[in-house]
Amino acid sequence: MMAAMQDMATPARAAANMETMAEVRIEGVSKSYTIGPIRELVLDQCSLTLAPGKLTVLIGPSGCGKSTLINILGGYERADDGSVTLDGQPISGPSSDRLVVFQETALFPWMTTYQNIVYGPLVQRQRDMKQVEVEAGRLLDKVGLKDFRDKYPSQLSGGMQRRAELARAMINNPRLMLLDEPFRGLDAMTRELMQEYFLRLYEDKRQTVLFVTSEIDEAIFLADTLVLMSNKPGRIIKSMEITLPRPRVASLLMSPEYLRYKDEALEILHEEAMKAFAGGSQAAADFVEAYDKRDA
Amino acid sequence: MNVVKIKKAIFSKTLLRGFISVAGLILLWEVGRRLKLPGLAAVPAPSEVYQSISASISQPKFWDHWISSFSRVISGFIAAQLVGIPLGLMMAMSRTFHATTFPILEIMRPIPPLAWVPASIIFWPTTELSIAFVIFLGAFFTVVINVIGSARNIDVRYIRAAHSLGSRPWDIFWRIILPAVLPGIFIGMAVGMGITWEVVVAAEMIAGKSGLGYLTWSSYVGGNYPQIIIGMISIGIAGYISSSLIRLLGHYVTPWQRTQ
Repeated sequence: MMAAMQDMATPARAAANMETMAEVRIEGVSKSYTIGPIRELVLDQCSLTLAPGKLTVLIGPSGCGKSTLINILGGYERADDGSVTLDGQPISGPSSDRLVVFQETALFPWMTTYQNIVYGPLVQRQRDMKQVEVEAGRLLDKVGLKDFRDKYPSQLSGGMQRRAELARAMINNPRLMLLDEPFRGLDAMTRELMQEYFLRLYEDKRQTVLFVTSEIDEAIFLADTLVLMSNKPGRIIKSMEITLPRPRVASLLMSPEYLRYKDEALEILHEEAMKAFAGGSQAAADFVEAYDKRDA
Repeated sequence: MNVVKIKKAIFSKTLLRGFISVAGLILLWEVGRRLKLPGLAAVPAPSEVYQSISASISQPKFWDHWISSFSRVISGFIAAQLVGIPLGLMMAMSRTFHATTFPILEIMRPIPPLAWVPASIIFWPTTELSIAFVIFLGAFFTVVINVIGSARNIDVRYIRAAHSLGSRPWDIFWRIILPAVLPGIFIGMAVGMGITWEVVVAAEMIAGKSGLGYLTWSSYVGGNYPQIIIGMISIGIAGYISSSLIRLLGHYVTPWQRTQ
């Protein structure tokens, strides 16, 4: 938070940010779903600010409502309670200035890589398509898909599809990028590569980003701000500033600062995981309690 | 496609095997006929059929039968697509429309197209129109059911992504829903085309004065047995040509399907 305030206080930086960067305020957001007779609370009074031009990573156990929060920010779902605003404007529906990259690929199978990437500008009909073509070429190059420009998604590997999707989102210069576990399901090597591709794109444009993941290494490696979420119902339990230098490189994963962040985050997450475990049954709760007492 | 590829396609093992199986069937039939095996005794042998082929196909009337069957199939088939595809899309997209029309569709669908022949002859002013109508029905229901099915199965992620990227309803329809439904439309077309040929032949046998079905039936009535076989083979070849054309069309219209 402090870092964000300082950024805003520098007039030149703030002015440069005005165009593409946006501040998101999530205040007291709650959401529950009714499945049959059961009403289940998924998000419980979540409050969070995404600083303009910063990469906020949200991490939490699976099923904690992270995706629901993304859907609310994307405008696909409405919060039951609380408010969500982008630069003071309430979010009321999907829009091309808040782009979502989903868990599984949503590239259109009937379009080539290039056609997928230029789809946004094409349907928004606001930009010169010549200029869009140039930018698409540059992005294709940047994500390493130059030779796959005219291939269909089914001809690309999983990692390539994710990169094409990042490029498709980036070309629109969205004010806010929302990524819902975008690298889930990729093998470890590809995943690391994707993180680097993604950081290259981010460090180039510096859009406001909310990145959801359940991988601790990925979270710290990418984040300016790391937000930890509790088990269901999802609550924000802690927000940590990650001040590792940018541009970030893989060797950072060995540094003592990095490990300190990881320790701190893991401790909190572990506690949450234990609670989740305990929530499952009385026997599990007893076990956790007994375990704690023995330690003491 | 270059020459080498074409050569490879022509002389491929698959084609050779296909050729052997067809030739084997003809040979079995010839031998069976010569040995007067039960059931085959009254059927003209391939050699007899072969001898009368030239007499049959040299008559311009023979080709007129081809043309009239083909034009019936094509007109009925195209009409079924023109009515069926938009109807299927509307039923998939509007709950109200679906609720109103689906029961009617489901009552009509199990009625075999041929059961429509008498009513159709009474209703339509000319026999030609009544045959075309029966053909239309043959393809129509398959088309509608396939379009509804594939339109309902469109992954919601595509629609969400399209919205998120700033699509207007117009773009959603033309650039997302329609291409997503196209493969399903082609499956419906291929199945519908098969039904269409079954229907046209039967309808011509009942009510026609021309066409391959009529040719086959009138050959039977007139005692020209080899020509029955020629008529049957013609129907087979005509059906094969039509479904190949559909596949070819699908190949070009949905190029992304080729890669899967």
